[in-house]
Amino acid sequence: MEYLLIFLIGLLYSSGIYLMLRKSMVKLLLGLILLGNGANILIFLMGDIAKGHPPIISKDASIFTQMYADPVPQSLILTAIVISFGLQSFAIILLKRVYQMTRSDNLDTLNTQEVDI
Amino acid sequence: MTDNLLILPIFTQLFVAVLLIFAWGHVNTQRVISIVGHFTALLVSIQLFYKTWHAGILTMQAGNWKAPFGITFVSDTLSATFVLLTAIAGLGVGLFSMVGISRSRMQYGYYAISHFLLMGLNGAFLAGDIFNLYVWFEIVIISSFVLMTLGGKKPQMEGAIKYVAMNMLASTVFLTAIAILYGLTGTLNMADLSQKVAQIEKKELVSVTSLLFFVGFGIKSAVFPLYFWLPSSYHTPPSVIAATFGGLLTKMGVYAMLRTFTLIFIPDTFTQNVLIACAILTMFTGAMGALNKTSIRRMFSYLIICHIGYMIGGLGLHTQVALSAVVFYLIHDIIIKTNMFLATGIIHKIRGSTDIRRLGGFYEEYPKLSLLMAIIFFSLIGVPPLSGFWPKIGLFRASLDAKEYVLLGAFILASFFTLYIIAKMWAEVFWKDLPKRPEETNEFTELPFYKQTLLVVPVVGLALVSLYIGLGAENILAVSNRIALNMIDTGYYVNAVLNK
Repeated sequence: MEYLLIFLIGLLYSSGIYLMLRKSMVKLLLGLILLGNGANILIFLMGDIAKGHPPIISKDASIFTQMYADPVPQSLILTAIVISFGLQSFAIILLKRVYQMTRSDNLDTLNTQEVDI
Repeated sequence: MTDNLLILPIFTQLFVAVLLIFAWGHVNTQRVISIVGHFTALLVSIQLFYKTWHAGILTMQAGNWKAPFGITFVSDTLSATFVLLTAIAGLGVGLFSMVGISRSRMQYGYYAISHFLLMGLNGAFLAGDIFNLYVWFEIVIISSFVLMTLGGKKPQMEGAIKYVAMNMLASTVFLTAIAILYGLTGTLNMADLSQKVAQIEKKELVSVTSLLFFVGFGIKSAVFPLYFWLPSSYHTPPSVIAATFGGLLTKMGVYAMLRTFTLIFIPDTFTQNVLIACAILTMFTGAMGALNKTSIRRMFSYLIICHIGYMIGGLGLHTQVALSAVVFYLIHDIIIKTNMFLATGIIHKIRGSTDIRRLGGFYEEYPKLSLLMAIIFFSLIGVPPLSGFWPKIGLFRASLDAKEYVLLGAFILASFFTLYIIAKMWAEVFWKDLPKRPEETNEFTELPFYKQTLLVVPVVGLALVSLYIGLGAENILAVSNRIALNMIDTGYYVNAVLNK
């Protein structure tokens, strides 16, 4: 299971970075989204994956005797998903606004010369 | 010792921001609430600094869960100093923005967002848990995205795309580094990490993780080769917003690097060499980038980068003298960079342009303002006895002690480059005659007197703070020496957090 997750994380990171380096603004955003997903699955992998053992100590024991599913990475992933969702929605609106102003999806055209604001 | 005063800087800014949202659209109410909020935040920060200085490290566990299981807020001298500097810079920027920001921006939530930004900064400086630091970083960057794009003109939007993309990438790299660190150690509390990281046998994994943190924080603090988003975006928003960004946001990245590389990871020789090499290149490329620019704002953006190199170099040297000089440099730099951009705002208000080809004759018309700006610029260059001189001497001495002669040469050359750039700007903007231009109104003289005062008072106030830092340097040196001592001896921090 870990090998599959490692392969998936690698795929997400590499495709995310590849898309970020494209000329199109939308692909830049898609790359950022994929990168964020890769980071989230990495956090999931880093809490040792234990199938079917909830983090609850049984009644007659006072400490954990076996491997349990770590709840901390799950809360980290949730927080990271929510934060990246907020950032991505801002980025989408920003891209829409830039498209309305420049009528082009090409990042190379975003080079207004010296303008005094 | 536990003290609930810690949450007050964060809570004050949050409360003020929420009140400002309730007053959406009512500009005068917002101005009043914002100024009262800034003064309150300054008082709270002074109180926090005073308590931290006399009582030692203060901690607070959220929900009263004991460390390392709960989320800790820690105020050691470094955090309290930064919270105080944020409040001072925030007050200066807040006063200036009463006049310096256009009315439409004020109507669409500028004040509320800037208070959210300051709340995020306070939270980041007080965080004792590395994932909590990530959350506060995100609060700061999303507020900065809004501030960067508020107003919606084309150059701002273009700068914003680059800014947004690079900062989101930096967040993802930071998150990756946290994930790997959690996988290695099983904890997120900084004090606990400090103990557990020292016990890991596979030093290569630790080294790689620390370099991932360097990349993540390096993008935010504009280190070579990760800084190219800064000159493309910092010159686009209005001067007040650029002042907040230039004075506080990059320094937040440097603070995070200081925390990780003194508390959590102790840099080995390879990491130190990487830090020093990046610092040398940052100073050179930052200074050279400013040489051919004709807009004051672009020049100052490159000067931000150049001076970040000083701090990273000092961090790379990693001796007590070097770290003390880095902290002193940060204290001086936050005030000076904020003030520089506010001064640019005044120049823009008076002349209508920040292009040095169209400026001139400033010294003839406004001699007192020119003198004020001279104090700021000479502090930046490092003319004794102003505030920039003392940390540079500390850095020179530290690099001589460590026999890092290339770094010493880079420090000296970067100072000369800064001198050249400021001298060129001074000659063009202040001394040469005003070139003949088509009729342009001087917005500054049209303002009523109280508005003119509101523009000048923050610059004067911050310049007075700089003068105090320069002329009263022994006090600042006492603070920075104590901070450096706590950084080298991490046991003090760890015991304060884990044993209470």
